[in-house]
Parts: sequence; C-alpha cells; structure tokens
Amino acid sequence: MRRLLIRGGRVVDPLAANEEAADVLIEDGRVAAVGPSLDAAGAETFDAAGRIVAPGFIDMHVHLREPGFEHAETIETGAMAAAAGGFTSICPMPNTQPVNDNATVTSYIIERARRHAIVNVFPIGAITRDSAGEELAAIGSMKRAGVVAISDDGRPVMNARVMRRAMEYARACGLPVIDHCEDLNLSACGDMHEGVESVRRGVQGIPGCSEDVMVARDILLAEVTGARFHVAHISSRYSVAMVAQAKSRRLAVTCEATPHHFSLADQDTIPYDSDYKMKPPLRSACDRDAIVQGIAAGVIDAIATDHAPHAGSEKMQEFDRCPFGVTGLETALGLALDRLFHTGRIPLRRLVELFSAAPARILGLDRGTLRPGAPGDVTIFDLDTEWIFDVNSSLSKSKNSPFDGTRFRGGPVATIVAGRVVWRREGGLAAG
Amino acid sequence: MKPESPRAGLLGIEELDRPQIEAILWRAKDFQAVQHQTVKKFDILRGRMIVNLFFESSTRTRTSFEIAAKRLGADTVSITAAGSSLSKGESLVDTLNTLAAMRPDAIVMRHSASGAPYFLARHLPTPIINAGDGTHEHPTQALLDALTILDHRPTLEGLRVAIIGDIAHSRVARSNIHLLAKFGASVVLCGPAPLLPPELARLAPGVSLAHEMSEAIRDADVIMMLRVQIERQQEAFFPGGEYFQFYGLRPEHISLARPDVIVMHPGPINRGREISSEVADSKISAILNQVENGVAVRMAVLERILN
Repeated sequence: MRRLLIRGGRVVDPLAANEEAADVLIEDGRVAAVGPSLDAAGAETFDAAGRIVAPGFIDMHVHLREPGFEHAETIETGAMAAAAGGFTSICPMPNTQPVNDNATVTSYIIERARRHAIVNVFPIGAITRDSAGEELAAIGSMKRAGVVAISDDGRPVMNARVMRRAMEYARACGLPVIDHCEDLNLSACGDMHEGVESVRRGVQGIPGCSEDVMVARDILLAEVTGARFHVAHISSRYSVAMVAQAKSRRLAVTCEATPHHFSLADQDTIPYDSDYKMKPPLRSACDRDAIVQGIAAGVIDAIATDHAPHAGSEKMQEFDRCPFGVTGLETALGLALDRLFHTGRIPLRRLVELFSAAPARILGLDRGTLRPGAPGDVTIFDLDTEWIFDVNSSLSKSKNSPFDGTRFRGGPVATIVAGRVVWRREGGLAAG
Repeated sequence: MKPESPRAGLLGIEELDRPQIEAILWRAKDFQAVQHQTVKKFDILRGRMIVNLFFESSTRTRTSFEIAAKRLGADTVSITAAGSSLSKGESLVDTLNTLAAMRPDAIVMRHSASGAPYFLARHLPTPIINAGDGTHEHPTQALLDALTILDHRPTLEGLRVAIIGDIAHSRVARSNIHLLAKFGASVVLCGPAPLLPPELARLAPGVSLAHEMSEAIRDADVIMMLRVQIERQQEAFFPGGEYFQFYGLRPEHISLARPDVIVMHPGPINRGREISSEVADSKISAILNQVENGVAVRMAVLERILN
C-alpha cells in the first residue's frame, strides 16, 4: 500500500474545518485521514511545517494545444507547467486541431494524458461541430468519453438559436455550458480594450459591450432552458453585475476570472507588446477593480488561467497579427496571493476555494476537498517566500507571459497528485 | 513588469517634449532657406546610409525623405513592400534584422500596423524613423504642419486649430493633437460620430470634439482637413453619400473662421469629397507649402538622429 504523510502543515479545506497544524495521510491515492499527529509508521513523509496544505488546485480553463499545435504546447508540457503552478487538475478547451467535438478526440486526449500528463486532465468538449457555430457536436458521446463541460471557447456561438439548443441538450446530459462571451461583430478587428489607451495607440478596440451583450443573451437562455451556464474569463464590470443579478434570481449561473484580469488594466501594458494581447482584453482599471470586487463578494466563483501558449515566432509580429493569449499556469497562485490575499481583499479559505472547491462544484467533479475518501490531490504552498518569475525557466513550451520578472510573495511549494509528489519547488519535477 | 528599451530614432510626437520639438523646428527653418538656393546640397551626412522601407504605398512622404537625405549628402536605398522579401513570407523582424545587418545608419519606415516601428525598436539596434504607423502616429507630418503654421503665425500658443475628417483612423490627427497640445494650442476635432470616439478628448489637454463643421471652424486660426477614404473602408462608418454635405470644406465655411485662417491638408486631396476645389486652390490654402516644408523638416530630423 502506497502511503504519504504530509506532516505539520496548516490545512485549509473550504469544505471542512480549518486545522492549524495537522497531518494529511494519503493511502492508495485517496485521503485516509486528516488530523493532528497522525500515526503512519512506514509512510513516506513530506514536511509541510509552516506551509499551507490545500485540496489540489483545479484550473478549469487551459489550452494544451494537443492535438494539432504541439509546437506551442503538449499535454505533457502543459501538465508540467500546471504542476509547477500548484495545479493537480486541468481542463483543456476543445480548440485543438482537430477540434474536440467527438468522442474519438476526447478519448485520444484522455489516453495521451494518462500516459504523459503528471496531473489530471479533464477535457472540455465543443458545443458545435468544428466549433463552427452551426450543428451541435456529439455532446452525449463526448460526455460518455469523459468531457466535463462543453464550450466553443475562442469561437463563440453567435447564433442564439444554436446556443439555446445546446443548452437544452447539455442540461439533459448533465453538463455545464461554458461560453467565451464575445459578440464577434462588435469586437471585429479589435486587438485591445476599447478606451483611451486604444484610441491613443491607434489600435482597434474590443468594446466591453461585446462581452456584455453575450453574457446577457446567455443568462436569458440559461433561464429559458434551465441549463448550468458558466461565463469564461469574465472581464467587464457590467458582465459582473449581470452575473450577480442572475445569482440573486437563483439561476444556475457561475463565472470565472483570470489572474491577468484581476491584476492588470489596459493602462498597465507596454504598447504593442503581444505578451499583453489576449481575449477578452485587459480592460480599464475600473473593470479590473470590479473583477477584484466580484471575487471578494463571491459573484465570481472561480479563478481559471486561460493558459494560452503560443510559439515565440507567432508572438513576434506586428501587434495586429499576433494571436491572442498568454500563459498563466505558473503565475496564477502568486498573483492571487499578491493581489487578493496580501491586500486583504479575501481570506485564505476563500482563496483556496476559488482554486479548488469552486471549480470542482461548477464541473461536478468529486474533488476540491481533503475529506477522507477524496482523491489524494494536494497543493502545498507558502505565503511569504519571495521569488521572481523567470519565463525562461517556465515548464510550458511557450514563453508568452506578461509577468516575466515579476516579484511574488508566496507561491507553490509542492504538488501532489493521487498521493504522489509530482513537483516540488526545491527539486522541480519528480523523476520518472 | 518588463522594462522598456531606450529609443534612439523618432517614433512619435507623444514621447517628445517641447524643447526637443522646438530644436527640430528651428533647425528646419535653417533648411527652409536652403530650398531657394541653386545648390541645395550639404555634406553633413556624407558617408551615411539611410534605408527607406515602405510597407504601404506613399509618394510624397517617401520622396520627401529621400530628397531630404540626399540634400544632406547621405546615400539612400528605398524599398517598397511589393519588391521585398515580405511577399515571400519572411517575418517583419527577420526582414529588419537582415537590413540592419547591412549596417545602415537609420531606417525610415512606414507600415500599416499601428506600433510596428515601436515593436521593431525593441528588437533592433538601428535607429528607426516612423514615417507613419497604421492609425497611430506620423510624427514628421505634424512637424511639417507646425512649421507651416509658424510660417503664418509667430507662435502656436493660443491658436485654435480645427481638424476635420476621419479622426479615428488618422495618424496625422494623432501626431498633430500631441504636438499642438504641447505648445498650448487648442484643438477642435470634428467628423462623423462613428469616426470621432469620445476618448479622443482625453488624449491631451485642450482637445475638444464637435460634430458640426460650423462649430469646429468658428474662430479657427487653422483648418486641417483629413483625407476620407470612403472606397477603402471595409465597413460603413457613416453614410458615404452625404459626407461632403456635412463635412466637406466649402467657401461658405471660411467666413466663420478668423480672417487670416489657413487651410491645410496632408494630401493626397479628394476634391469634392472632403474639400472643394475653390478652397483647395484659394490663397488661404497652405497645402503646397506643407509639401515644401516636408523636406526641410525631414532634413532636420535626419540630421538630429544621425549626428
């Protein structure tokens, strides 16, 4: 029997009582016990004194680029970067080549992950075939093959009737619908948030209302269909307000925010530097403050990175030609500690919830807690060690991060998947 | 946050301060006089090589830079996009690195992407002179416009300048807004509402917006008309058929302005679209004056960057 004893850490489990200095015993990949001074003779031990011991972090929004774009990332390298960021589970979006719109692709991803990924991989399937926004994808078979949600991330379903059908079908399948809310007509040709900065730089704008009108549409459709609807990477203050209103009406509406959207605003970016180019774009300081406020108030349920690796050559172009997206797995916790916890905006328990119990609840995963019987996925982090993010030592295949050189206070110490330490700050990836 | 690299060329007006702009303008005044001499050539930049790299078609700006360089004694090579390796799929950075490896002393560059010269300046040791980047800036145009105004007025301070047309997509407007604001002029921007985003008023102090021509032109010292490209717009920002009716400059507008008003246009002009022939050819038109000043200003800029 494989046993791991995580000794003496401060256990923070949003679904259980806090423990000041407790041990966590994992046996055969599952949590066996949590409590002070557990007796586990012969078990491998991990000294977590002075550290936070939390349920394994789940990133419900990543791009692993496999199959199809392996030059930018693979399931293997994306999982390594996830482990280095403290994530024990990741959910890749379906915009691969081919698109994950049928059970064969889903099974391929799951099989590749089983062989090569050091963290759990729960794929998200497409809403429509080829994410073209027309015919529904094979949602039922993908669910059987293992997808945990559906989304046409990056290529939002513009046809409201198609979205309505998808929500109806997904509801019956028990899957949440995740939408990248963007009206493509309103955002057409845009490369950054529409505001003073875009006007100053002569860059075509992506107005906040391009997000808002789709959030409004989808909330209304969720009400009509009874579907579970989740707003991906929420970035606009009016969208946050609409989600808050939907929640007050007890609709099954949830949302996530990315670390870059709660950390940066358009005015903070280096002009024409594509490491700041993503969708939705970094919006005004006012919007960014609304994201932080929404997280603190509980309107925003989860933090997800939208980790979007792109090869250097793709990002080394004229700004309007560069693809959208930045990497984010390895800086997410550092940013959350920096901008949300150390600033006093949220307590530690809430921070852990945003990364674990909340995404598990949204996706219906039996995870996000350290209660006995739960999967032995654990994220160990600290609150005070100073470190500087060096993008060149990132484990992701791609280096498109706006946070290169950023100094952090606190971050991941070790990542444990099914009772096995897969990454630790001192020593990196586990051998084998 | 990542550090920003220093810049040796001329990328935009926004990052210049008033003394830097004044230095260029005063030097340009010296070169203005030279234009009337029989022998117009100096050897200030003898032995220096300037590459003109135009990824967007241009007649006047490219010719103007080339003449300016030659009058200073520099050697020039002009490359246009059609004949360059860009059409063979080479990236912009690779093209520029290749050119930089031949050790020119400066690269004059026009590109359809806003920020392209800024992006390159971060990766290239060669000074870059921005000859127009997308819808962002066209710094030498604003400098030659300022020189032209100063041919007619003792100072820019306190002047009222109306800029009329497609402001949203105009690099000429942006550079002029920054320059004029730094000298204490007030700028009124005017055009169809979809081409006049309200954020423009926050670009610099002293900038205001107007949707009516008469409001913009009233008491103006300078009227700058911008080229409107109805045929090249991918989508309809405004009803094309009635543009001239509402935003075309005609003789009846002129009486609203100051009696000594001057009318400018960066060219090429569309007669009967944004400006009537009567105005374009009238005595108050400074359009050819602008073209002439372009050479003097670009001589001053090249000298400043290369010496």
